[in-house]
Parts: sequence; C-alpha cells; structure tokens
Amino acid sequence: MRTDTHPVPPVGDAAGPASPTGGTRPDAAGTGGPTRRTPWRSRVSRWDARLSPYLYISPFFVLFALVGLFPLLYTAWVSLHQWSLLSGQGEFTGFDNYRRVLEDRYFWNALRNTISIFLLSSVPQVLIALVLAGLLDTRLRGRTLWRMSVLIPFVVAPAAVALIFGNVFGDRFGLVNSGLEAIGLSPVAWHVNTLASHVAIASMVNWRWTGYNALIFLAAMQAVPRDLYESASLDGAGKVRQFASITLPMIRPTLLFVIITSTIGGLQIFAEPRLFDTQGLGGSDRQYQTLTMYLWELGWRVRDLGMASAVAWLLFLIIVVFALLNLLLSQRAGSLAGRPHGRARRQGAKP
Amino acid sequence: MTRRPGFAVYGLLTAFVLGSCAPLYWSFLVGSHRREDLSSRVPPLIPGGHFLANAQRAIDAVPFWKALGNSLLVSGTVATSVVFFSTLAGFAFAKLAFRGRNPLMVFVVATLAVPTQLGVIPLFIVMAKLGWVGSMWALIVPGMVTAFGVFFMRQYLLDAVPDELIEAARMDGCSMARTFWNVAVPAARPAAAILWLFTFMATWTDFFWPLIVLPASNPTVQIALQQLQSGYYVDYSLVLAGTTLASLPLLALFVLTGRQLVAGIMQGAVKG
Repeated sequence: MRTDTHPVPPVGDAAGPASPTGGTRPDAAGTGGPTRRTPWRSRVSRWDARLSPYLYISPFFVLFALVGLFPLLYTAWVSLHQWSLLSGQGEFTGFDNYRRVLEDRYFWNALRNTISIFLLSSVPQVLIALVLAGLLDTRLRGRTLWRMSVLIPFVVAPAAVALIFGNVFGDRFGLVNSGLEAIGLSPVAWHVNTLASHVAIASMVNWRWTGYNALIFLAAMQAVPRDLYESASLDGAGKVRQFASITLPMIRPTLLFVIITSTIGGLQIFAEPRLFDTQGLGGSDRQYQTLTMYLWELGWRVRDLGMASAVAWLLFLIIVVFALLNLLLSQRAGSLAGRPHGRARRQGAKP
Repeated sequence: MTRRPGFAVYGLLTAFVLGSCAPLYWSFLVGSHRREDLSSRVPPLIPGGHFLANAQRAIDAVPFWKALGNSLLVSGTVATSVVFFSTLAGFAFAKLAFRGRNPLMVFVVATLAVPTQLGVIPLFIVMAKLGWVGSMWALIVPGMVTAFGVFFMRQYLLDAVPDELIEAARMDGCSMARTFWNVAVPAARPAAAILWLFTFMATWTDFFWPLIVLPASNPTVQIALQQLQSGYYVDYSLVLAGTTLASLPLLALFVLTGRQLVAGIMQGAVKG
C-alpha cells in the first residue's frame, strides 16, 4: 500500500497511469502500454475485480465468526454441561443448568431489578430527550454550542459516572440527602432500599444518555417540513398541539429506533450498579443486582460457567422478547435497518 | 417553531446544561477537599485547593500511568483498525458488484441485533486457550472490525463516491487496491473521522470485558477506577480526584472534536 494519497487521476487522461509508480502488485507485463492491454494484463485485472470485493469484506466475516457467532453457539454448548472456570468441561447435564437457574431466587430477583431499572431509566429519559430536542429545534443563537453542551455527559465513562453518583447518593453524607435534610425531609437509604437504589442507578443512565438521544431526535425533527408547522399555526394550533400532532408522528420511526436500541443496551446494564457500592454484588441482599451482574457473579465468583452460560442464553431470549414487544407495540415498524447510530459498543447501557 | 425562541427556552436549556455539568463539578469539588474535612459533612461549594495532592495519592494507589497507556493503546488500535477494515468492506458493499452482495449485507445488519457480550464465557475460554487472558490482545482483537462500522461506511460511500470516478480509475489501469486507496479513501475521510471518534470512545469506556480478562496489575483506566473504590471505607477525596483525572482525556477529546461528535450523532439518525 502506498501511503501518499494523491488526487484522483484526472478523468479521460489517456496517458495511462499518471503516477510514475506502478500498481500495488508487480505485474508480469511490466508497465504495459495503457491503451493496448495485453491479454495477460486484462486477465489479471478481471480476477482482481472479481476477487477483491470478497477479500475486502472477509475481515468482518472472519472476525464475526470467531468472536460473535462461535461464542454464541458455544455458549449453548457450555450451558448443557457441568463446566467450572478452573477445571473446565465436566459431564453433559442437559438442561440441568437452566433448571438450576430458574429455581434460583436470585435469578428472578435480578430479572425484576433489571426491568425496574430499565423502565426507570428509559421512560423519563425518552420524555426529557423529546422536550430537550424540541427546545433545540428553535432558531437559537449559538446553536452548535448548545448542541455540544448537552453532549458533555456522554463523554464521561459509565464507571466514572457510577463513582460520582455513588457519592452524590451517599446514605449518610451524600449531597442528595443533605439537600433533603436542608428542606426538612428525612434522608433516603439510597444503598439499602430497593426502589431508591434503582432510582439512583437509573439517574446515572439518564444523566449520561439524555442529551445523546435528544440529538438523535433533533436530527429527525429537522427533517420535518416547516410548512406543516406554518399551516398548523394558521389553523390556530399552539406550540404544544403542534408538537403532539405533527412532530411526534413525523419522528415516530426514530422514536422506535431509540427505544429498541435502549432496550438492547438497557437490559445489559452492568457498570453502574456494579460500582454503586464497594462490594460489587448489587447490595447486601442483591437489591440492585442486574442480570449481567448475576451472570458475572456465577461465572467469576461462583466459577460455574455452565450456569453462567445458561443465564447468557436466557438473557438473550429476554432481549429478543422485549425487542419484539417493542415492535408489536408500535404499530408501524419504521425502516429500522436503515438507521445507524454512533455505537459500536460491546458493553455499556444505552437506554 | 420558526419564531426566535424566548427567554423560557434559553432558561430551560441553561438549566439542563448546568445539570449536565454539575456531577463533573461535584467530582472535582470533593476531590479538592481533604479527606478529614469530608468525614462528617458535605463540603462547601468552593474548591478546597487540595486537588493535586489527592490526585497524587490516587496515582500512587493504583497503576495509573500503566492504565492510561493501556487505554490509549487499546482504544487507538481498535479505532484505527475498525476504520480501516470498515472502509474496505463498506467500499466493497457500496461500490463493487459481486455475487451475494445483498444477502451478505443483510447478514451484516442482522448481526447488529446480536448482543455479542452474551458470548463472553466462550470468548473467555478462547482467550484462555490462546494465552491472551491478562494481555491487551484480549481487548484489541475482538473489536478490530464491527458490523456498525461496515454499515456506517457503506451508507456514507454510497453517495460520496461517484461510480464514474471508479470506472475512470479502472480504465486508467488502476488495480482495485489502488482504486480503493486513491478514490475511496480520500472520499471517506469525514465519515472515517466520525467512526474513529465513536469507536475510540466506546472502547475507552468499556468496563465489562476488561473487568473479566484483565488482572489488577495490568488494568485499563476504567478498571483502575474500580480499584480506587475498594474496601469498606471509601476515601472519597481520593476516589473522586482520581475519577476527575481519569475523565480528562475524553473531555479534552470532546473539546477538540465536539462538533464532529454532534454531527456524527445527527447524521447517523437521519441517514438511511
């Protein structure tokens, strides 16, 4: 590969390769005249055109096979065996691991916590992000600066967010409780009470992702034709009415996209609850242990990879079910496939 | 939506931005007070002037510089690799005709819906067999090319490279590789910058996988943060000074490239 990217060869320049250096492969015909190609050269060129595309896309497929598909299938295999982190594969046990997981009260506890935190973090977040996008979709002075400002939380890592909020929601001398006491309310046991801990963890997720989602909504809102608003104004519709009757229906596909990606990310939340206290197991009685934390505890604390794999597959099924529910709930499935979003994430809640 | 916004809009936005900055300020604030000053009350809202001393203690408590080096190495390598391979594959999918192109692209998009970290257990077993557990290879190799990256670059290159240019280059006797390098790569630059940034950030902030494969002695920044907060008594002036310090690299990146981040998010949402 040459590393100097020189400008595109001028079109119609019949003088052949404009640069003094040849192609990337030494070809047998040397620097054959460009106008009259030798048969050998054209054959090479044909094979080049035929095989190159496959060569270019192969890295993705090879890597996905190795770190995506194979592990997922192998997880199913591990889940059907006794399998210890230390001694490796044991005997085949069929669905015994699944039975043990489904009989474990901590599994159901983790499922409850995960859904609770997910709802507390996605519902308010989508609502606030919509309002924020509506505010940004006006003729602001310093538009770019406002847009950048709402994105600040997004560049703080979840681990850092968790440590900061763990302190803000401190049970004894935390900022929030001090504030509550200052206005005459009683302090809340953020690390003890189940619902309170879910609220605290959800607030971390909300803080980090609301601005990000608002920008996604804003982009969709800007594609709404302005004359729709003008005719609505003429008909006497107020701002709120316009938002509800024009903006929301128009950005529905984007809304659906954000909700589905939130689901896939939100059900796998790990760093925030893991770092909310020092023990990392989700509280004294697992009040805020999520499914991914439960998987981690089984695999790397209890060292039972068989059971952990069963949890991984159950989690996968739960995610699929939730995603399908989302699709069903929104009657019109917007064209989902055509909407990328800036995340190549392998971990990190994205509600 | 066409009139100039009034005071209420600016007021609400300002409140939101203040809320966005408050936790970071709080982190710095706690990190700037002495440990003994925090033991019985909430610190005053002005910095206490001990930030550097606390940050120094945090750096001494964990392998901080090693973690920073690891994070830079892993995130930089992964981001560069993702951009390169995604541009290659995206170019092929967008601009080259080959048998099976559409079904293969559908397959790439379908893999977006597969949460790959559900395969962590076998991935861990594989890494153990390769002898990579505890090394940066375990973090770099699985992230070298992503479905999202391929998809993103394909969408961009569809419009960014006119077919005539490719034909002209081919007519002039350019090999496919040279056509890619001289035609597609220059055109892909804006999208490549955005993809690089987002991949870098996603890799930098990753927590779950590094926690599984890295030992305490060889952490990334996120894992070092987790080590700061251990034991029963948490020394918050140390923890939050370290947290503030660890957040600076990405904040610096944000100051330099915030515009591209905003553009990237907004482009991603409307394209397609």
